[in-house]
Amino acid sequence: MLLTIGLPSWAVDLKTVGAIYPFQGTETAMAIAALVFWILWHIIQIGQENAELREKRDHVDKENARKAIERY
Amino acid sequence: MNDQLTTVTTVFIEFYYWTTVVFMFLIHVGFCMYEVGVSRRRNHMHTLMKNTMAIPLVTLTFFLFGWWIYFAFPSGFYWYNFVPDPLPYDPNLVAAPNSPLMGTHLSGANATDAAAGITADGLNGAATWHRLNGVFWAAFLLFSITTASIISGAVIERIRSGAFWIIAVWVGSVTWITDAAWGWSATGWMVKYLGYHDAYASGVVHAIAGGSALAVLIVLGPRIGKFRADGTPREIPPHNPWLVTIGLFLIYTGFWGFYAACNIPMIAPATIAGQITGETWTATNIYLTPTTLSAITFNFLMSLSGGMMAGYIISKGDAFWTYSLGLAGVIAASAGNDLYHPIQAFFVGAVIPCIAYKMHYWVERTFKIDDAVGAVAVHGYNGFMGVVAAGFILWGAPSSPYEGFAQINPVGNFLGAMIMFWGLGFIPTLILTLIINAFGLLRVPPEVEIAGLDVVGQNIYDEAVNEVRQAEIGALSQLPAR
Repeated sequence: MLLTIGLPSWAVDLKTVGAIYPFQGTETAMAIAALVFWILWHIIQIGQENAELREKRDHVDKENARKAIERY
Repeated sequence: MNDQLTTVTTVFIEFYYWTTVVFMFLIHVGFCMYEVGVSRRRNHMHTLMKNTMAIPLVTLTFFLFGWWIYFAFPSGFYWYNFVPDPLPYDPNLVAAPNSPLMGTHLSGANATDAAAGITADGLNGAATWHRLNGVFWAAFLLFSITTASIISGAVIERIRSGAFWIIAVWVGSVTWITDAAWGWSATGWMVKYLGYHDAYASGVVHAIAGGSALAVLIVLGPRIGKFRADGTPREIPPHNPWLVTIGLFLIYTGFWGFYAACNIPMIAPATIAGQITGETWTATNIYLTPTTLSAITFNFLMSLSGGMMAGYIISKGDAFWTYSLGLAGVIAASAGNDLYHPIQAFFVGAVIPCIAYKMHYWVERTFKIDDAVGAVAVHGYNGFMGVVAAGFILWGAPSSPYEGFAQINPVGNFLGAMIMFWGLGFIPTLILTLIINAFGLLRVPPEVEIAGLDVVGQNIYDEAVNEVRQAEIGALSQLPAR
């Protein structure tokens, strides 16, 4: 059986147990993956925001801008 | 409590659970704000009362039989068990509504206790339960009310309150607590034989609630106007997005209490009486396997963040879905958040909610299901997939500190997810809802639905306002001129 956390049973003295998360040894790879996710998130978000602002700009005319000002 | 260490430990644990209960109450404040924010103005009071009255109804019934079920059903149904394992506790002594331990009690045993079969010491004794029974009961009760309340949002603006309250009692005090006895206790048969692992209730609270909500929605039908003549769905926007999002923030806050309540804050290996050796005390999850409050704090925040970041992108910055998928991120990772690395929790919390989001719209279009708040997706599909993911990611980890329990595995967790969503969620609630519908008690009349469920209350309010205005104008006209 696959053993992702490296501990097959709790028949141990807890003072001898350290990390118990799965896939130990991949911490650096996971941190890099999270870093990539974070950078990609900004790239995608800015792309979406650009498209959204273009759409909003195209939608604006004096009449609906005046209504928006009156609505406060 | 005859020495200081025992006293401090016992009172600390009592106070710890009491604090979690207060935090968890915020979940219901959040649910009320969220549901009222989503509903249209003509349905506010009905929506509010429908949700809030689930609290006292589930409380009473959870006192009468819900808590008893938790202790009586770990091996099946008490009167008929699937497995031969003896019950660890006697439900009639610890959790029956007429047990002296279900009331104000100190650590000894008197004639009243003796008549009920209660002793001072032992597994079912007063020394064990007198300071813990009330706070344990309340912590589980708040899980129960949450499970029932999840359904409430999905069915707004057309269900009869009476029908919802029967369903709330059924899910809150019968079906969910049965699944908790089976898969969310140290000795549940699903844990022992399937290796089922669901530490913070992706399946035992959320998948069952989502499955139950889906069953109710199928019988109940969509709100008038939800679908166009060609069958495509219309968006019915929330009347107050601010209230919705603040409600969801409050649900996040209450969820902290939920997480803490799922742990046992401190316990000695000797008290667990399993395979753990040595003298090192630990916090554990509900299965009595070690974790820490620090671990679940890491993972709660990382899975919330994964859900919000992915939710923002997939919904293109929609506030309702960004917040909902943040919640979904926590729910997806909850099954394994006792053991996950924070970055694993983050990615589980980011990926699964996106799938659930897509499923929500696919099910809506394909099957004409009108889920007003996306509860089936956020709790049901998402909780289901979270349990399945935990089976893979934690494959081979011990499910219990006791010998003879299956290890965590994908098949066991998949079967467990099926039991939660379909076996104890969808099917029993579908049967109940069909019965309620057969008596014509499920849905409000269409005239009332269109005019709004607050129609009479609103008229009374308007008349009262007019009358007071007229009286005040009359009084004003009689004042001497200056």
